[in-house]
Amino acid sequence: MSHAFRLSFTVNGEPAEVLVDSSKTLLEVLREDLNLTGTKHGCELGECGACAILVNGEPVLSCLALAVEATDSHVTTIEGIGQGGQLHPLQDAFADLGGAQCGYCTPGIILTAKALLDRTPDASADQIKEALSGNLCRCTGYLQIIESVQKAAEEMRLRPDLQVRGTET
Amino acid sequence: MMRLPAFTYRAPRTVGDAVLWLAESPTDTMLVAGGTDLLPNMKRRQQTPKTVIGLKGIAELTGIRASGHLSIGAGTTLTALVNSADVRSRCLGLWQSAAQIATPHLRNMGTLGGNLCLDTRCTYYDQTEEWREAIGYCMKKDGTTCWVATSSKRCLAVSSTDTAPMLLALGATVTLVSAKGTREVAVADLYNNDGMQYLTRRADELLTSIDIPDQTGWASTYWKLRRRGSFDFPVGAAAIALKRDAGGRVELARVVLGAVASQPMPSPKAEAILVGQVLSDDVIAAAAEAAYDVAKPMDNTDFELVWRKKMVRTLVTNALRELRGDDMRAVRMSLAKQVL
Ligand SMILES: Cc1cc2nc3c(=O)[nH]c(=O)nc-3n(C[C@H](O)[C@H](O)[C@H](O)COP(=O)(O)OP(=O)(O)OC[C@H]3O[C@@H](n4cnc5c(N)ncnc54)[C@H](O)[C@@H]3O)c2cc1C
Ligand code: SF4
Ligand code: FES
Ligand code: FES
Repeated sequence: MSHAFRLSFTVNGEPAEVLVDSSKTLLEVLREDLNLTGTKHGCELGECGACAILVNGEPVLSCLALAVEATDSHVTTIEGIGQGGQLHPLQDAFADLGGAQCGYCTPGIILTAKALLDRTPDASADQIKEALSGNLCRCTGYLQIIESVQKAAEEMRLRPDLQVRGTET
Repeated sequence: MMRLPAFTYRAPRTVGDAVLWLAESPTDTMLVAGGTDLLPNMKRRQQTPKTVIGLKGIAELTGIRASGHLSIGAGTTLTALVNSADVRSRCLGLWQSAAQIATPHLRNMGTLGGNLCLDTRCTYYDQTEEWREAIGYCMKKDGTTCWVATSSKRCLAVSSTDTAPMLLALGATVTLVSAKGTREVAVADLYNNDGMQYLTRRADELLTSIDIPDQTGWASTYWKLRRRGSFDFPVGAAAIALKRDAGGRVELARVVLGAVASQPMPSPKAEAILVGQVLSDDVIAAAAEAAYDVAKPMDNTDFELVWRKKMVRTLVTNALRELRGDDMRAVRMSLAKQVL
């Protein structure tokens, strides 16, 4: 029935190759085969956004993506958006403004927000809300999240040199 | 982790290969496009195909071509549909229906073809294997009884696709391709009012494209009822398309309800009431009443069924008032919680 296949793709800017079962989701491969546990598993049914990652720059749910279909794609996870020891402006802003409390929803939200800001650096509060409307947060009440994204956007506009890795499509 | 059951995965590059492979064993093979419906169902063991044919690698299934009519590849994502200026300017109702589906992430993945073939839904069915086992399963999968209506001979699971009612109202057709040949089917004829055999598509057929006739002279709108401003499937919907003369008199009308039966449900009576009339308050009220009569929601989704049935009147009224030119933006916002 299922068979192992060699998945080769780019993860956080680096080529990755791994032998996985064809019935595995991308979420399982990232967490279990590549040890990238920054991507969280919540509902695993498409109902929460905790597992959101970027595939070719687009936010998608890794719990509903077949790993085999990621062949040759560029995947960005939360581990891949900082540079060296430096956090991405979104990570800084979430830490500073309480955009993350328990932090479980945070990786999915930051990646989703990053995709928005890469395309729309001056996104309005309404655009931020719309972009994040597929990410549930049990803790913050969302206001700090929107403020954090706005602050990061400001920072990124002022300091374009902070536009770091993981923006490739 | 909630794991997928084991299956063999195959990835054709052409429609020709896809239908040949599908023909090898149509009853235990399933197609996967975005996977946003099939994969949750597989994780819950509601659908357990032995072979899964992935459609992502078939380039000819994607894209929107606009000439007089609009031709949309079945593999076009909902995001691509929502971003299409042609879709928005020519059939606003279709744009509104797609923009209200699920979440941005799910629209990045989900396709129009997958949305048309979306499995019907029910609170006794959209549950984990353990949950369903505990109630002795149900008629739709592994059991014999329908828990929604124990004397029912058929499954009453709900048609929950947002685009199907709208495409039906727009007079759209779909192309179905199999190893045996190609046929065109009106969206109106794509569905059965049966929660199990909800599609007239044969198991060996691939839906390749959706065609919408020239909309010159027509105006359309889609109103959806859901609990939250994102994520949630419709629990009621009104999809209306009207063709009017210069004086605003209705020449042709299509009124279709979503999520109140196992298929998108047209209301020929409401259509007959509208034709030949201008949209006065009385005409709108009469049409809304006729639509209310055909809505048969069951107690198997979110919200209470009597209220859902009553809301059909409201949805149809709002839709017709909006088409008449009333400023419905505030009402829209309170219901949809997004600008449409
Ligand atoms: C949390 C959540 C919320 C959702 N909310 C909504 C909502 O509000 N409204 C809504 O309408 N949907 C909703 N959905 C369902 C789903 O995301 C969409 O319907 C989507 O459009 C399905 O498309 P897909 O490509 O992902 O389908 P898939 O899962 O790939 O396929 C769905 C079905 O269609 C069949 N199929 C796919 N493509 C073809 C083809 N070309 N020819 C023949 N058969 C085909 C598959 O075999 C399968 O049976 C939601 C899903 C989730 C998880
Ligand atoms: S309507 Fe009845 S048979 Fe159909 S899924 Fe629900 S409980 Fe099962
Ligand atoms: S874990 Fe993927 S959406 Fe919840
Ligand atoms: S910070 Fe806890 S879920 Fe969002």
